[in-house]
Amino acid sequence: MNEKAMRKSRWQTVIFLLIIIVLTYLSSAITRFNFVEGMATIPEAIGWIFSNLMVTQESMDKLPKILEKLAETIFMSIAATTIAAVISLFLGLFGSKTTKVNNFLSVFARFIASVSRNIPVVAWSLVLLLSFGQNSVTGFLALFIGTVGFLTRAFIESIDEASQSSVEALTATGATYLQIVSKAVIPQCLPQILSWVLFMVETNIRNATLVGILTGTGIGYTFDVYYKMLNYNAVALVTLCIVITVIIVDLISNYVRKVIL
Amino acid sequence: MEASYIRRTKDGRIHIKSGSKGDQVVRWTLIILLVLTVVGFLLFNYTGLELGSAIAETAYNLKVMFLEPTLSHFDLGEAVYQVGITLGLAFLATIIGAIIAFFLSLMVATNLAPAWVSRIIRIFVAVIRAVPTVLWVLIFAISAGLGSEAAVLGMLFHSIAYLVKAFSEGFEEVDKGIFEALKSSGANWWHIVRSGVIPTTLTYLLSWVFLRFEINFGVAVAMGAAAGAGGIGFELFMASGFYFDLREVGFITYSILIIAFLLEVISTRLKRRYFPATSN
Repeated sequence: MNEKAMRKSRWQTVIFLLIIIVLTYLSSAITRFNFVEGMATIPEAIGWIFSNLMVTQESMDKLPKILEKLAETIFMSIAATTIAAVISLFLGLFGSKTTKVNNFLSVFARFIASVSRNIPVVAWSLVLLLSFGQNSVTGFLALFIGTVGFLTRAFIESIDEASQSSVEALTATGATYLQIVSKAVIPQCLPQILSWVLFMVETNIRNATLVGILTGTGIGYTFDVYYKMLNYNAVALVTLCIVITVIIVDLISNYVRKVIL
Repeated sequence: MEASYIRRTKDGRIHIKSGSKGDQVVRWTLIILLVLTVVGFLLFNYTGLELGSAIAETAYNLKVMFLEPTLSHFDLGEAVYQVGITLGLAFLATIIGAIIAFFLSLMVATNLAPAWVSRIIRIFVAVIRAVPTVLWVLIFAISAGLGSEAAVLGMLFHSIAYLVKAFSEGFEEVDKGIFEALKSSGANWWHIVRSGVIPTTLTYLLSWVFLRFEINFGVAVAMGAAAGAGGIGFELFMASGFYFDLREVGFITYSILIIAFLLEVISTRLKRRYFPATSN
C-alpha cells in the first residue's frame, strides 16, 4: 500500500466513525436515551437482581403450576416448528432453483416466506388473539407463521447448496421429479434441514415467552402475571425454569448437530 | 469395503443403508419430534376456541388490515417519528453491543486468549442467551424504570451474546502466519490485535453488526409491544389491544414491513459482497 492509498483509507475510517457517532447521537436524542444514566443502572440492576430475584420456599410451592405451563410452552414450540418444517419443506422445494416446479410456484414460495418472516411475530399474535382468543392455538399459530418464513428461506438455501450435481445425475438416468426429490434432494439435505429445525425449536421456546406475554398463553403469561403482582420470587423461579430448559435444548441440539453434520 | 462379506436381511436382500450412528440419530430425532408434536396437540388448552368462525374472522381481519390501512389515532409525522424511535433503540443496542462484544470476543477467541478465560466467558454468554430478551427488558425495567434505558440494556445483552459468537469465530479464522510474523517482529498482544486481527476481519465484523441491526429492529418492535419500550411496537400494541382498530394495525404493519424489507435488501447486498461463498 502506498502513501496515498493509506491516507485515503484513513480518511474513509474517519468519515465512517463520524457517521456512526452522528447516528448514535441522533438515536439517543430521539429515544431520550442517556448513556451515563443507562450505564449507571447496570450495576444497580445487577445488585437488585441478586437481592430480590431469589427463589424462596414460598415460590417453590408454585413450581408444579409453572412446570405445567412450561410444558405447554415447550409442546407449543415443538409442534409449531415441526408442522412449519413440513410446510416449509414443500415451499423450499418449490422455491429452490434446482428443484422448482415452475416459476410461478417459485415466486409464490419466496413471497410467502418473505412476508411471513418480515411481518413481526408481534403483529401476528395480536391479530390472531382477536379472533382465536386466549388459548394455546393462538400462540401455536403465531409461532408457526414466523417459523414458516424463516425455515423456507433456510431450506431454499440448503437445497440450492447441496443438490446440483446429484439432481443432474438422476435427471440423466430418466428419474421422475418425485424420485429425484425423494432419493437425491431430501437425503442429501436432511442433516442441514434437521439442524435448522433444531435451531428453530430453541428459538421458538425463547420466542414463546414473548408470544405468551402478548397472547396470554404458556410460560410467558405466567411470567407476566407474577411480574404484575410484583411477586419477584416467583418471577425468578419462572426465569430459572426457562433458562434451564433453553440450555438443555441447546445441549441436545448441539449433540445431534455434532453427530449428523 | 470388503466385497467378500455382504450383510443380508432374513429374506436374502442386501442392506443398502449403512446404518451409521448419524442415520440413527437423524431417525430418532425425527421420531421424537413427531411424537412430541402429536402429544402437544392432545395436551393443548382449547378453551374458547371455535375454529371455523375464528378462521373466517381472521381472514376478514387480515383483509381489513391489508386492504384498508389508515391512521386514526395519530398522523403520518407521528408514525415516522415512532418508527424513528424503534430504529434508534435498535441502533443503540447494536452499536453499544458491538463495542462490548468486540472486547469480549478478543477474550473468547481461542487463538488470542487463554483457554480458561475463554471457557468462563463462553458459559457466561450461554446463560445470558438463555434468558429471553423480553425478560431482560422487563427485569431491567424494574430497576431502571420503563423507558429507553431498560429496552436498550435488555436488547444489549442478547446483541452482545450473538456478536461475541460471530466475532470470535471470525477471529479464530485469522491466518496463523500473521500471528507468527507479528510475534517474531516483537509485537505484543495489543499490537497483534490492532495491526493483525482488526484489518483482516473488519469487513466481516461490520457485516455481522449490520445483520444484528436487522434482527434488533424486529426485537425493538417486539419490546415496544410486550415491554412498553415505546416506538412503533407500542403503537401496534395500543392499536390492536386497546382501540381494536384493525385499519391502524394494518398501516403500522405496512410501515414495519417497508423498513424490514429495506434492511433485508441491504443485508443481502452486504452478504453477497462480503461472503460470496454463503449466498448465491
